[in-house]
Amino acid sequence: MAKVLMKGNEAIAEAAIRAGCDGYFGYPITPQTELLEYMSRRMPELGRAFVQGESEIASINMVLGAAAAGKRAMTSSSSPGVSLKQEGISFLAGNELPAVIVNIMRGGPGLGNVQPSQSDYFQATKGGGHGDYFPIVLAPSTVQEAIDFTILAFELADKYRNPAMILGDGSIGQIMEPVELPEVESKPPDKPWAVTGCKGREKNIIRSLYLLAGPLEARNVILQKKYREIEANEQRHAEFMLEGAEMVIVAYGTTGRVAQTAITRARDEGMPVGLFRPITLYPYPKDAISSLVEQARVFLVLEMSAGQMLEDVELAVKGTVPVEFQGWLGGRVPTPSEVTQTIKEIRTKYLK
Amino acid sequence: MPTIVIDEDRCKGCQLCTTVCPKDLVTMAENFNAKGYHPAKLEDPEGECTGCTMCALMCPDVAITVYR
Amino acid sequence: MPEGEVVFARPAALEDTPTHYCPGCTHGIIHRLIGEVIDELGIREITVGIAPVGCAVLAYHYFNFDTVEAAHGRAPAVATGIKRVSPENVVFTYQGDGDLAAIGTAEIVHAANRGENITVVFVNNAVFGMTGGQMAPTTLPGQVTTSTPTGRDVKVDGYPVKVAEILAQTTGAAYIARRTVTQPKYVRSCKKAIKTAFKTQLAGLGFALVEVLSTCSTNWGMSPMEALRWLDENMIPYYPLGDYKVIDEVKALP
Ligand SMILES: Cc1ncc(C[n+]2csc(CCOP(=O)(O)OP(=O)(O)O)c2C)c(N)n1
Ligand code: SF4
Ligand code: SF4
Repeated sequence: MAKVLMKGNEAIAEAAIRAGCDGYFGYPITPQTELLEYMSRRMPELGRAFVQGESEIASINMVLGAAAAGKRAMTSSSSPGVSLKQEGISFLAGNELPAVIVNIMRGGPGLGNVQPSQSDYFQATKGGGHGDYFPIVLAPSTVQEAIDFTILAFELADKYRNPAMILGDGSIGQIMEPVELPEVESKPPDKPWAVTGCKGREKNIIRSLYLLAGPLEARNVILQKKYREIEANEQRHAEFMLEGAEMVIVAYGTTGRVAQTAITRARDEGMPVGLFRPITLYPYPKDAISSLVEQARVFLVLEMSAGQMLEDVELAVKGTVPVEFQGWLGGRVPTPSEVTQTIKEIRTKYLK
Repeated sequence: MPTIVIDEDRCKGCQLCTTVCPKDLVTMAENFNAKGYHPAKLEDPEGECTGCTMCALMCPDVAITVYR
Repeated sequence: MPEGEVVFARPAALEDTPTHYCPGCTHGIIHRLIGEVIDELGIREITVGIAPVGCAVLAYHYFNFDTVEAAHGRAPAVATGIKRVSPENVVFTYQGDGDLAAIGTAEIVHAANRGENITVVFVNNAVFGMTGGQMAPTTLPGQVTTSTPTGRDVKVDGYPVKVAEILAQTTGAAYIARRTVTQPKYVRSCKKAIKTAFKTQLAGLGFALVEVLSTCSTNWGMSPMEALRWLDENMIPYYPLGDYKVIDEVKALP
């Protein structure tokens, strides 16, 4: 298949279209706006729904409506906008509605800046809104992955009737790379629960309200069972030069990509270091990390945040091996040389 | 002959139906229904009900069926 | 079972389920009118309703067709999402004044302004019913509520929001009317307006809303009968009944 050069944001939009997204609802915010603009051109051409909502709150609730109607629906935003979407994401989870949310993260807190960041990890992976729930979270580190994971996000959302999120940083949204755009074969499953009009069947009700403690508990037990199933089946990660690595770097998205370059250099200098790159941030690939404690003498977590995924690595390692951390704040992307320098320091501290 | 049937156990005793009957045929009963309300009742010994549906129009609980 | 033809009974679009509404609460009348209109238009099997957060939150148990729950105030956005991907469905929201005129102001104004082809039944009872009778945006000046214990002071709390008047200003709206259900003649007129609002959608003419002045005797601290009277005497002067916007295409509807 011929490769085309595409910007991350536009690639995600095109992937969603190929995945059969029937409705896109969004609100402009840097650094994801190209995604919305791309959809504003393409969706009407295809006879599909595009609405620029009056806010992120409205947009996510339009997504909820389209999902309730049994259609594939998507919204995209960046950090401050995704904060506003949390109410809707909680309702999607409570109503068991499949939908895809894209967060092209920027620096925070507050308005922060429009530079790449990874500081929404907690919000994305621990629920973010109210109640006991988790969105499925996929973290691309290349434009090609952004495409592939967007398609996967629609499939997983439908499979588990749960919101799924693409958690990219501003750099994934903005870079241009040669990519292959696959033809998507998979069709959405039947959705007998959708509100399509009750012709020929009992009426359908989509709700998250259970006024009595007993029924709400029973409802939550069902949801939790689903999350355990997702955790058992869907943990995904990528590995790079892990063979013989005594130092395991854990990093995702753009940081994972930078780490890869740094590791290549460090290996050239004979340092036994490799990369564990989580692809699903929920479910976190904790089983694979846990099994690495046999081989690793130290873990190094790299994030463009003050240390959020760090906690999940520590939970997986359970204190058996030291876990070091380096973070970049304020929307700054690390350089490979910075990471190589850190690798050297950690090596001196633990591996000599 | 036109008349109404009040589903006594549906009635919440709100009285909304009682003031609109042009013939004053709907009143509140002395007894309590299963919910603990005094239900509305039709008293129409002379067969005056015209089935005008006024009472039913006002009933928030669709407790009144009208026959004509 | 009496002889003769049944000339008034429960519409098929309404479940045979007792409601949780307080005695005399006019939410019940408004539900019934929606059910009757849906029956008469023969659209029960293609209708999707959106239930609000408020006393009508359980409306999905009472309506006998597909329904979705919306977060507080978001029903117009949810309706937009459904209608845009499934234009063959008839989509309507049922919302109280807290839901529509406080937390959901942005959603309703923009749905109207986009001329979203949906129907809205807006129940204005001048209080937050479900949470125990606090001030709503529609609470009258001087009206005592649980959060305006000495009466709504317009200098502090602002003035009651006139939804029908405001939305009639949006270019996208096709039909905006205000009605009530405190007397049989008003009930008939209200049903006609709700029917027009659904017909507007069926004809693809755009946004239609009927504001219905409704009672909340429980939180107004009155008997149901007193509440009807209080509404007629106090709410109607502030919120005059009538048609606020009827575009020519709606006027021409059969
Ligand atoms: C986000 C959010 N804020 C507040 C509430 C609490 N709440 C439930 S119903 C309601 C007000 C409902 O009033 P209204 O819309 O007027 O409907 P009514 O109960 O009077 O019919 C509020 C504030 C909520 N459920 N969600
Ligand atoms: S209006 Fe209905 S609920 Fe109220 S008293 Fe009459 S029959 Fe009973
Ligand atoms: S609290 Fe008010 S609005 Fe709610 S059911 Fe009772 S009377 Fe109706």
